[in-house]
Amino acid sequence: MAIDMKDVENIAHLARLQLSAAEKQEALNSITNILNVIDGMQALDTSGVEPLAHANDAASQRLREDVVSEPDQRSELMALAPSSDKGLFLVPKVLE
Amino acid sequence: MLNQGITEIAAALAKGEYSSVEITQAYLNQISRHNPDINAYVTVTGELALSQAKAADAARAKGNAGVFTGVPYAHKDIFCTTGVKTACGSRMLDTFIAPYDASVSASLNAAGGVMLGKTNMDEFAMGSSNETSWYGPVKNPWNRALVPGGSSGGSAAAVAGHLAPAATATDTGGSIRQPASFCGLTGIKPTYGRVSRWGMIAFASSLDQAGVLTHSAEDAAIMMQLISGFDPKDSTSVDLPVPDYRAALAQPLKGLRIGLPTQHFAEGLNAEVEVQIRNALKEFEKLGATLKDISLDNSHLSVAAYYVIAPAEASANLSRYDGVRFGHRCDKPVDLEDLYKRSRAEGFGTEVKRRIMVGTYALSAGYYDAYYIKAQKVRRLIKDDFARAFNEVDVIMGPTSPHTAFPLGAKTKDPVKMYLEDIYTIAVNLAGLPGMSIPAGLVDGLPVGLQIVGRDFDEARLLNVAHQFQQATDWHKRTPGA
Repeated sequence: MAIDMKDVENIAHLARLQLSAAEKQEALNSITNILNVIDGMQALDTSGVEPLAHANDAASQRLREDVVSEPDQRSELMALAPSSDKGLFLVPKVLE
Repeated sequence: MLNQGITEIAAALAKGEYSSVEITQAYLNQISRHNPDINAYVTVTGELALSQAKAADAARAKGNAGVFTGVPYAHKDIFCTTGVKTACGSRMLDTFIAPYDASVSASLNAAGGVMLGKTNMDEFAMGSSNETSWYGPVKNPWNRALVPGGSSGGSAAAVAGHLAPAATATDTGGSIRQPASFCGLTGIKPTYGRVSRWGMIAFASSLDQAGVLTHSAEDAAIMMQLISGFDPKDSTSVDLPVPDYRAALAQPLKGLRIGLPTQHFAEGLNAEVEVQIRNALKEFEKLGATLKDISLDNSHLSVAAYYVIAPAEASANLSRYDGVRFGHRCDKPVDLEDLYKRSRAEGFGTEVKRRIMVGTYALSAGYYDAYYIKAQKVRRLIKDDFARAFNEVDVIMGPTSPHTAFPLGAKTKDPVKMYLEDIYTIAVNLAGLPGMSIPAGLVDGLPVGLQIVGRDFDEARLLNVAHQFQQATDWHKRTPGA
């Protein structure tokens, strides 16, 4: 499947990446080449094949007891934030 | 003493030939001499290492030493380490200091290991040459104009260059095995679920697996014993007993059935590399093994399926880097969208952005079935191919890489060329199987790696097979310039 510049701009927006004009052009070229490799799959008939999401698909996710198991690291984790105040993450104003 | 592996160092420490402080200091000296050029380490933790070494020597004096007590190692910068920066090769995490240890880090600490530092890597482990790192490329100690392979290039260069006796590493599509091949090392990627992923920074969660890079299978067995096993903190960790890997090494190979995928001995394989691999296979025949051609019918589609699945998972995993909770944040964002877009644009390098976009595209409305579901179907067929092969053979062997290490810069302009680097290794991750690479020859003075793939959770067999080969040959003892 071929992509165009509009697709690149849409993908970059969905992925929340700001790209310069040169970067968009590079992305268009390289993603086109990558999709050419990926499209090699389309020739294979996979009708009736069950998709495999995970190598150990037979294993089911374990559920643990519903008890508190994590230590309280609130202050250590908040300290990693680029901008915070009174235990809250700060971001630019969202609502006028 | 810097030419030694874990086995020799552990024996020397036990006999009191030198102390952990002495061997640690010797490595730190070597690192300060050679790392500025090789660039294997992004962070050297000299003070921490010496304090761990002192504690190890004290524990030994009290009779509390295990096999790894006081043994130095290099730690891939993808594993979180309390109080020590974990940057994962990315500007995004250039100031990130985790408040907790990854399970692998904790296991090695508990075993009394001495961490010399954190090793360079491709950004978020996305690369096959260690050239996408924010901290610059790593040079191959065998020839400093060549790449060490990737993404665990720093770990491989550290061990090959004798800046550490062993290192941790991770492998999503070949990131342990290909650098092992390029740097003349023993590398093992265990079965998916064997080693905890907790605290290991995520790239593609259904494929990522931690392992080690060492000088021998015996060294790998020692380290694998420490990091393997069930971890309730990782929901995909598998609750199976871990065999005694070192005890399994001695088993003779008589009757071992080795499968050779015809697809891995076809066009694209360098002829001189093939000669070395065939010679290694003859060695296995001498040890009593039998060879049999097998077919992995869908292996030609493994790169295609992988470059849907891995980027799709990466695009979801890397959405956490938003400039809000941790990691890089742009200056003076005008609104929230600007904050997200510029923080991510500045924090991620070109290859990471490329993969996020490919993954976003593959998961986007209208393309999900054609790409993501299709790739998952191909993934099942690839897994079935292996299952069929393992009805007839015990292990599968072939080249790890089609060629020896290539020059720095040779493939950075063409991502597809770089992706094809992992053509023999990627299917193993898609199937979740354990895989190794061991040194099996030299071409023009550069190492050639033999890949060994096993059944689910058959790491003991892989290590055994590798060890028996290493008892009969000395390729694993070859070092740069020797």
